[in-house]
Amino acid sequence: MTIFRRVGSECVADFREDEVRVLRKVAEEVVGLLTDGFDREDPVVERLFPDVYPADAKDSAEFRRFTEGDLKTAKIDQAGAVLAGLPEAGKGEVRLDAESAEAWLRAINDARLALGIRLELTDDTVVEYELEEALEQDAGSARVFQLSVYSYLGYLQESLLDAIIGVNNR
Amino acid sequence: MTAAPQTVPVDKPDIDEASEFARPWVTIVHNDPVNLMSYVTWVFQQLFGYSRDKAELLMLDVHQKGRAVVSAGARERMEHDATRLHSYGLWATVDRQ
Repeated sequence: MTIFRRVGSECVADFREDEVRVLRKVAEEVVGLLTDGFDREDPVVERLFPDVYPADAKDSAEFRRFTEGDLKTAKIDQAGAVLAGLPEAGKGEVRLDAESAEAWLRAINDARLALGIRLELTDDTVVEYELEEALEQDAGSARVFQLSVYSYLGYLQESLLDAIIGVNNR
Repeated sequence: MTAAPQTVPVDKPDIDEASEFARPWVTIVHNDPVNLMSYVTWVFQQLFGYSRDKAELLMLDVHQKGRAVVSAGARERMEHDATRLHSYGLWATVDRQ
């Protein structure tokens, strides 16, 4: 699996073709959720835009009215930074300056949050076991695919964070 | 000649207003099954300028107790903090201390 490494002030990784394809798909799905597919009732949206006052629906709605637009734009831009940073087609190198690296980090996190809701992960979930179980049931299922993507994104995010912290320490 | 200034007695401070100061607002971060511990620690350092040690203790508080107060102060300030935490994907709410 691909990991990010530090090269000077940049975070660099060489992605395989299937990784590029998966990352593109994931980033496009996040953009879709935040644009045409935006649905306040969707649990993913509830998680990405949590109520600031859980006990007070009116105050939460009022607060959201002023802040949701900017937050949504920021999240769309982050996912856009992933799409912009990926190779056009096939495999290839990704080089991220400090700003893009942080956008990628946040975008990968949003994608993991969205997948976590879809997969109904809880604190007790061990993703490896879930994946084993899903594989036994149906190796070609959507759940197997989503769990493997979730697992991959966690690994990628950790390596990018390590590379970013290395950058800051220089 | 002017009349002696009329002195108006000052009202005693409003009780509610006094307690506004006594009980500041807080930003709370809640545990979730997805966010990486290393990422949450890093976000606390980035947003609040906390040392790595302090950020890590806070992260562990969130992880083990389910929630932790990450900042305290004026309501608007806490709402601002919560929004910034949301932009990093952390689950944050605002409440009275």
